[in-house]
Amino acid sequence: MKANIYWFELRQKRGSILIWSASIVLVALLYLGLFPTFADYAAVLQETLKRFPPEYLEAFGMAGVDLSSVMGYYSFVFTFLQILLALQASNYGFGLIAVEESRMISDFLVSKPVTRVQILTSKLLAAFTALTLTNAVTWASSFLFIELFREGRPYDGRPLILMLGSIAVFQAVFLSMGLAFSLLVPRVRSVTPYGLILSFGGYVLNAFGDLVGDVKLELITPFRHFDPTYIVQHGAYEMPLALLSVAMIVISLAFSYRRYIYRDIPAVV
Amino acid sequence: MSIIEVERLTKYYGRVRGIEDVSFQVEEGEIFGFIGPNGAGKTTTIRLLLALIYPTRGSARIFGKDVFRYGPEIRQDIGYLPGEVFYYERMKVIDLLKYAASFYNRDCTRRMYELAEYMELDLNRRVDELSYGNRKKVGIVQGLMHNPRLVFLDEPTIGLDPLMQRRFFDLIREENARGLTVFFSSHILSEVQRLCHRVAIIREGRIVEIADMETLIRNNYKKIRVVARDVDPSYFDLPGVTNLERTDHAVHFFYRGDINVVLRRMSALNLTDVTIEEPTLEEIFMHYYQRSES
Repeated sequence: MKANIYWFELRQKRGSILIWSASIVLVALLYLGLFPTFADYAAVLQETLKRFPPEYLEAFGMAGVDLSSVMGYYSFVFTFLQILLALQASNYGFGLIAVEESRMISDFLVSKPVTRVQILTSKLLAAFTALTLTNAVTWASSFLFIELFREGRPYDGRPLILMLGSIAVFQAVFLSMGLAFSLLVPRVRSVTPYGLILSFGGYVLNAFGDLVGDVKLELITPFRHFDPTYIVQHGAYEMPLALLSVAMIVISLAFSYRRYIYRDIPAVV
Repeated sequence: MSIIEVERLTKYYGRVRGIEDVSFQVEEGEIFGFIGPNGAGKTTTIRLLLALIYPTRGSARIFGKDVFRYGPEIRQDIGYLPGEVFYYERMKVIDLLKYAASFYNRDCTRRMYELAEYMELDLNRRVDELSYGNRKKVGIVQGLMHNPRLVFLDEPTIGLDPLMQRRFFDLIREENARGLTVFFSSHILSEVQRLCHRVAIIREGRIVEIADMETLIRNNYKKIRVVARDVDPSYFDLPGVTNLERTDHAVHFFYRGDINVVLRRMSALNLTDVTIEEPTLEEIFMHYYQRSES
């Protein structure tokens, strides 16, 4: 770890942290603000939802969810927050090395008296710090808006803490997998499409995985590992799957370090 | 001890040739020219020595240490001016330079301001607003501000106006007099001639010649074109003349030897025009190429 690289990289992300955090606040406010209306018409709503095909409800995380309860409703909102968090984390992952390489500025760092391990570690820590700040904003806005809009309805704090507690690992999976993929692709020209594919891919795989048959493909996506509906229903993580997320982080990071250390830094040809 | 020792260094990008069996030494305190046409492998060689890329085979040592194992350590004393200069955008030049300086275990501040003033670089401009030449100046300040023992200059003059080029050459000579070893890569023969003590010529990934500058110049060909009425090419068929040919009213040839001999021959003619030029690098290469074939 080199402190100068860490602080430089973190400063570079100032604007991005602000934008992502603002999006989180906005989405949380918008959806949780609708909760009183939902809860009031809960009976009618449940009646309507029953008429939808179960696969549809499954896909949008509304199967087995009681939208009139605080935690039931929040678990539905949390999926949207997860999508934003996944997007941010995969963007950082894909961009960590690739942005500099595509703009041909990696020579700047690599020709300095630092090791590649120092470069990668400092960049990873800076990105993770940025994600953690957004994570903190997610915690704060969740608690704040639940308090503001629950209108006295009671809720169990345990699943809320579990959901919010899963964010750090969830972000780390997308960060490390984005990085690993970016080092596999010959040249990443623009980060956003890749970030979108990784994060939305993960979401879609979980949402529609059940529809495509017996292959349990959805088991590889962190959206499934930290499925908010499961957490609310069981008051616990689905441990084997949560550990799968951790394993994916370890493997992605090990691969990325190896690949980056022995990498030819691209140049203009 | 040689500052740079390169032995049979080879780099393939997949199946594409970078360099092949490149060997040379650079001695402490010299300005070493590394010359060749674009795509010959100059940048590849420099990037290998900075461990930005890894070799297919062969070895390279700087300050007596393997560049791939001890890269971070030896780079404390290396400066690098890349051929193409790209930097973090949306940053002020001063902030970029301070960031660069923060990697070295010594204070670069004073030298940084001196160099910026000398190169007339405005430190308060934003990097993305800079012209190509000004970005090059940022690279020059960055490459020299930590008083390195060795500097790699990859096509340093491209983008600099003639005045700045001269100033830059003066700077390099001055630094060299203080003990800086310079590795100067270029495809422009004349600037290498102006500055370098010794020169390696690289062509299609291989070193074709390593020579003192003086030897190279002494052996150098002149390219001569004579326009005169009714002159027969055989009139110039002298020792040292090669590639003799005629087009329209002109006679062209390469000449190596005492220039007065040719001039005396010419003075007997009624000339319309005459040009005596340095051969282009490519023409010199043709010469080396032909020689290596024969």
